[in-house]
Amino acid sequence: MAVKSLNCKECGASYELGAAYFCEACFGPLEVSYDLTDLDPGEAKRKIQAGSQGIWRYADFLPFEGRPTDPLEPGLTPLVRADRLAERLGLGEVWIKNDAANPTHSFKDRVVAVAIAKAVELGYETVACASTGNLANAVAAHAAAAGLDSYVFVPSDLEEQKLLATSVYGTKLVGVRGTYDDVNRLCTELSQTRPWAFVNVNLRPYYAEGSKTLAYETIEQLGWKLPDRVVAPIASGSLFTKIGRGISEWLELGLVRGELPTFSGAQAAGCSPVATAFAEGTDVCRPQKPDTIAKSLAIGDPADGPYALELARRTGGEIASVDDDEIRDAIRLLAETTGIFTETAGGVTVGVLAKLARSGAIGADERVVVYITGEGLKTLDATRETFRMHEIDPSLESFESELAAEAVA
Amino acid sequence: MAITVKIPAQLRAATGGEGELEVDGGTVGEALDAVFAQHDGLRERITQDGDLRRFVNVYVSGEDIRFQEGLETAVNDGDEVTILPAVAGG
Repeated sequence: MAVKSLNCKECGASYELGAAYFCEACFGPLEVSYDLTDLDPGEAKRKIQAGSQGIWRYADFLPFEGRPTDPLEPGLTPLVRADRLAERLGLGEVWIKNDAANPTHSFKDRVVAVAIAKAVELGYETVACASTGNLANAVAAHAAAAGLDSYVFVPSDLEEQKLLATSVYGTKLVGVRGTYDDVNRLCTELSQTRPWAFVNVNLRPYYAEGSKTLAYETIEQLGWKLPDRVVAPIASGSLFTKIGRGISEWLELGLVRGELPTFSGAQAAGCSPVATAFAEGTDVCRPQKPDTIAKSLAIGDPADGPYALELARRTGGEIASVDDDEIRDAIRLLAETTGIFTETAGGVTVGVLAKLARSGAIGADERVVVYITGEGLKTLDATRETFRMHEIDPSLESFESELAAEAVA
Repeated sequence: MAITVKIPAQLRAATGGEGELEVDGGTVGEALDAVFAQHDGLRERITQDGDLRRFVNVYVSGEDIRFQEGLETAVNDGDEVTILPAVAGG
């Protein structure tokens, strides 16, 4: 697929393929446009199947002329059928796309791989980001692999696991005393004064394209078929809307047949500007001050909120939220039924799946794909003190008496 | 009262290259009107039907005006009003 230009999603104005991210006429977000006319679906499919074991097998659908070099290729994460989870929820067919199985254990490896390849192509020597944690890990790691300097800006109260898993790569880690939205504003200002590639600011149109690979992989892993429903988390709304965009592209090209699935979005109740707007029937997301254990989703001013609302409404879906206790319960439910230990964002997503299942919003005949975007070991505070250990002496007698006590209890 | 209004780098063609403008006004809306009076090309880019466009964020000394009184938010001598694109992050 030939990458063509950047176009404003609001007014359609066209821009060259540089480090630009908003429309100078109306401030609307820029998105990458492609010329689809010369692409033969059969040939595209063959190229994909003969491609690498990661996201670059979809290079024809990413914003590059050829396949970039990538020393830390993410993607092709497992799509596993979760029958025990489906049974617990009274659903028919549930699949878990486990994107914790990426180099830095979250879906952010996909978007960062694309943004850093573009940064290299554009000649940048330093990359940077505003992050709630997972992005910080990915930027630090991929910059290290590519031999670039990096600056990572995060709220200073982030989970320790995410701070450690960022600083180990030798990045310059900057903890900002404030919310993610404060960090984001600061980085937007810095992007005007520093000659850096901020992956989710001035390179955001390219970065966002990386999330389309989640859609492509799902279709391929389902045997070139579509799910009936997608359940995915919403922070900025970029991942959610780009899964939709990826599926739409392949439907238009004839690489897959059917209809765009129903899109169900998941937010934490303590930071739910998009779910609130959905419930109120408006397309304006009023910003919120986050207060939730799901820090990776704690964006109070979601850039793609209006587009996430539009996608959920257009496909007959919804955007719902769950509270911190429901998030903890859902982390456990997923772990107990699938063997997958997710972070709080995954708890939000599975929590919303459970909520929709209980309310009857999801039909028993639906094929549902649930996107698990991050790893449980990164948010240990959410599960700390939830386990019980049997402590015994190293003797058979001690073990037997502990077991007997358990049986009585 | 002197208020400093900061203009995003990408819009400075409309201000003759100026990144910071000194204006008078008691509210954010009045300060912006004073900016538009100097540089009319900015009005249409930043506002639509008298309101901010939906992908424009405005901050007074770092705080989003949507958490305050919007365009009616009071500004005082020495305050900084920053106009930024809303499409970053995530």
